[in-house]
Amino acid sequence: MSATGIGAAVRRKEDFRFITGKGQYTDDISRPGQTSIYFLRSPHAHARIGKIDTAAAAAMPGVVAVLTGAEFAESKLGSLICGWTVLSKDGSPMKMAPHPALAHGKANHVGDGVAVVIAETLAQAKDAAERIVVDYEVLPAVVDPMKAAARGAPQIHDVAPDNTIYNWHIGDPEATAAAFRNASHVTTLEFVNNRLVPNPMEPRAALAEYDPGTESFTLWNTTQNPHVARLVISAFVGMAPEHKLRVIAPDVGGGFGSKIFIYPEEVVCLWAARKVGRPVKWTADRSEAFLTDAHGRDHVTKAQLALDREGRITGLKVHTTANLGAYMSTFSSAVPTFLYAPLLSGQYAIPHIYCEVDAVYTNTVPVDAYRGAGRPEAAYVVERLVEVAARELNMEPATLRKKNFVRTFPYQTSVASLYDTGDFEASLNKAMKIHDVEGFGRRKREAERRGRLRGLGFSAYIEACGVAPSSLVGQLGAGVGLWESAEIRVNPTGTVELLTGTHQHGQGHETTFAQVVSERLGIPIENVTVVHGDTDKVQFGMGTYGSRSGAVGLSAVVKALDKVENKAKKIAAHLLEAAEGDIVFRDGKFSVTGTDKSVAFADLALQAYVAHKFPTAEIEPGLKEGAFYDPTNFTFPAGCHICEVEIDPATGETQIVAWTAVDDFGTVINPMIVEGQVHGGVAQGVGQALYEHTVYDDRGQLMTGSYMDYAMPRAENLPSLKVDTTVTKCPGNPLGIKGCGEAGAIAAPAAVMNAITDAIGTEKIEMPATPQSVWAAIQSVNNNRRAAE
Amino acid sequence: MYAFTYHRASGLRQAGNMLAKLDDPKLLAGGQTLLPTMKQRLASPANIIDLNQIEGMSGIELKGRSLTIGAMTRHYEVASSPVVQEAIPALAYLAGLIGDPAVRHRGTIGGSIANNDPNADYPAACLGLGATIITSKRRIAADDFFLGLFETALEPDEIITKVSFPVPKKAGYYKFRNQASRFALVGVFVSKRSSEIRVAVTGAGGNGVFRVTAFEEALKKRFSAKSLDGLTVPADNLASDIHGSAEYRAHLIGVCAKRALDAADK
Repeated sequence: MSATGIGAAVRRKEDFRFITGKGQYTDDISRPGQTSIYFLRSPHAHARIGKIDTAAAAAMPGVVAVLTGAEFAESKLGSLICGWTVLSKDGSPMKMAPHPALAHGKANHVGDGVAVVIAETLAQAKDAAERIVVDYEVLPAVVDPMKAAARGAPQIHDVAPDNTIYNWHIGDPEATAAAFRNASHVTTLEFVNNRLVPNPMEPRAALAEYDPGTESFTLWNTTQNPHVARLVISAFVGMAPEHKLRVIAPDVGGGFGSKIFIYPEEVVCLWAARKVGRPVKWTADRSEAFLTDAHGRDHVTKAQLALDREGRITGLKVHTTANLGAYMSTFSSAVPTFLYAPLLSGQYAIPHIYCEVDAVYTNTVPVDAYRGAGRPEAAYVVERLVEVAARELNMEPATLRKKNFVRTFPYQTSVASLYDTGDFEASLNKAMKIHDVEGFGRRKREAERRGRLRGLGFSAYIEACGVAPSSLVGQLGAGVGLWESAEIRVNPTGTVELLTGTHQHGQGHETTFAQVVSERLGIPIENVTVVHGDTDKVQFGMGTYGSRSGAVGLSAVVKALDKVENKAKKIAAHLLEAAEGDIVFRDGKFSVTGTDKSVAFADLALQAYVAHKFPTAEIEPGLKEGAFYDPTNFTFPAGCHICEVEIDPATGETQIVAWTAVDDFGTVINPMIVEGQVHGGVAQGVGQALYEHTVYDDRGQLMTGSYMDYAMPRAENLPSLKVDTTVTKCPGNPLGIKGCGEAGAIAAPAAVMNAITDAIGTEKIEMPATPQSVWAAIQSVNNNRRAAE
Repeated sequence: MYAFTYHRASGLRQAGNMLAKLDDPKLLAGGQTLLPTMKQRLASPANIIDLNQIEGMSGIELKGRSLTIGAMTRHYEVASSPVVQEAIPALAYLAGLIGDPAVRHRGTIGGSIANNDPNADYPAACLGLGATIITSKRRIAADDFFLGLFETALEPDEIITKVSFPVPKKAGYYKFRNQASRFALVGVFVSKRSSEIRVAVTGAGGNGVFRVTAFEEALKKRFSAKSLDGLTVPADNLASDIHGSAEYRAHLIGVCAKRALDAADK
């Protein structure tokens, strides 16, 4: 391993500009003649929109235009879409309601955009917006997903009776029912997977410009997938032909999924830019982000585990109600179905599984993928059930798991996933050793002497990422393939541009992708530039989410590198006057086997472009190769996290005193970056478990719309994490990569809640386990104990 | 923010005149509440009167058994002052818990108590120590100063110039934070000065900071946590919101009071 190759902890190239304030984020970009746009948003969760009086607003200083949902409707532009068709049990397609970029006729959540003001400055736009008079007829709202499909609930969309989007299922209901009938023990849990607000550090922004000379648009946007945005906005919204719309995602400060989707704001900015003939710029403030960024999770689940006399799991039955919010966001349908249920076997050989998912509309912000996207929800179901089953059966949590691990691969689960490889016991054993699980009893007793309750929780998670094999997801209803593209451009002077269809918004691709290219071509890492994020520069790619950039993105890079090496060898053969089969490429040099004749990569590159010394009728001049890579399967990172907590029973406050993570990510390109991903993922999972509470009142008002009320995890809430790995290389892609970006967020919530419930002795506690709810749970345990005595 | 006119006061008298004469005026001290509120367009004063350039409004002085802190003294100055750490360590400790370093380097004691946020820390210290609030017009005892949520006895053109604290024999503060805002969900300040014992609670009251006379009585026998065993505070009249029910706050008052007493002993 070289100092800058695969496996090296290379410092990130991009950090210099990020840390010194030289980054170029969407909000940093200004265009000549630029205007600012401000969205007037519905203050009501559910309301008919009557007359909108814009006269006073239009007359305010600096105002260029005031536009409403009615005018957007007149434009005949298309609706925003959900691109993954999920079918109900009866075969009928999901009930996708129209989602206009500006609400017209009805507003369906607090924050739904109703009108916009375009003005010289943002302050002027805000002032004018306050003068817009909207005639709302307030309607009753429904925010609770369990109430949305109930009789008498307010109907949100005409196309969806009972606010039901789909009733989906997977698995074998009869075989599962039989397993439960014959079970020696059944563990039952009912719980909520709490709604989260994504909160990337950079809020969303869009800057749209229309050039009447070429009749084409440029959109700068904080998107995780510029080509997908371009495709949806051109083909579905109909803003412009695809080749007349350039989308640029410059530096983007975090996405976590929330910047995958195509939102109303960028559509409105494009439409407005053409209408007013000037660039239109929008940047969300944080309050606006809380009301418009797609939220995450929000499942209500009842789950049951069937076990036999020996503690082997014989069946799993799950029913989930998934709250998708007021509109179906771009990937929303797939998150509680195909990204969720296929993971319900966990690390275990569960012969019979049946899962039903009902998705509903409510008058809340739309819900879609958020770090983990369906897999944290699945890991929570499985790992809470398994831990509770162990307690009920008086078995050690590790013992029950070991009894049920999948041990032979490939393993076909009963929920479609085909696990390629893994060694679950290795991760568990390593984690237990690093954590010193053996010493827990002694630490617990010591804590008791100080009046504190200690608990230990396991989370042996598995997830599916490296999204995704195209024809498989196509069969499941996806509207797109999930391959990836790469182009390697070798310059005449031997430096290289790698154009990737992935996108970095914190993942460090400029460094890790360069590591792979630099090692393969034997050139210094400084000579490699990674280009991404501009649809004019880079061939179509699917962007970054679902921990795909390593497994899928780098596989495309390797394919392109293979093509570069092949062509270069052909040229080298001519330069070195040898047979192509005798050419060896190693350490950046092409040489003839058994001789000392060689040519360095840079020299070969120059020759490729000078094209004097090889027959150009047989070998084209130049050295530039592209590749598209379609994965053959998902990848399955897995591991074991152990969380140890100490609870102050007087206040209910939980402190995480130790955390061990042992993950199997297959091949790791940059261990420093991978460790950072684990840290970040664990922090977000801890945020979900202990702090982040998205609260709506029954009128649909978001009560936690700022950091005064929405608690984010902070550095002081986490101990130093012990992070390690085991490795089973992924057999499915050339580098053996599984991916690592979401694992921490997937593993963590179950680990925390297993630890807390261990400490306090009840399972009846929901996330977030705030001090008040932990204290209340302890009181009820004490009350029950007193009643029993 | 809405547009406003900015005035830089060069002296206290001028600031008072501006307060009395200008339309819809607001004083700017540290701005740690005022500016965010203005940015969210929840406040729109037409005129801002900046106190930050007025000489002599900040400073810490110990004279006999009286510690006086200028109204414009920043939280970090109080937290790091060897004079305060020596005379009333609990007060220095409290100041060090406010906000974060950025907030502490701008926020002022005068601004904090003039605002009287029901979750702020300084009102608990003032009521908990029996402080005197000295203004441009008069001296007001803490017991008479804090009237309700965001409400004080200050007249519209009155400016706090100093806060004077009698030095106690013992004092302690315990703050249980709201996990989101990190303001006090419940904060209890206790002090003992010759015969007077004070227990002041912030964060929990439905009407702002208040004293718990039942606790004060119990502590007269012995100023220690054990004296509060078995005592509870009724939940009625306590604040209740998504962060804590009245019952939980009532419970926390007992816990925080005991921990403040334990701290007072150190």
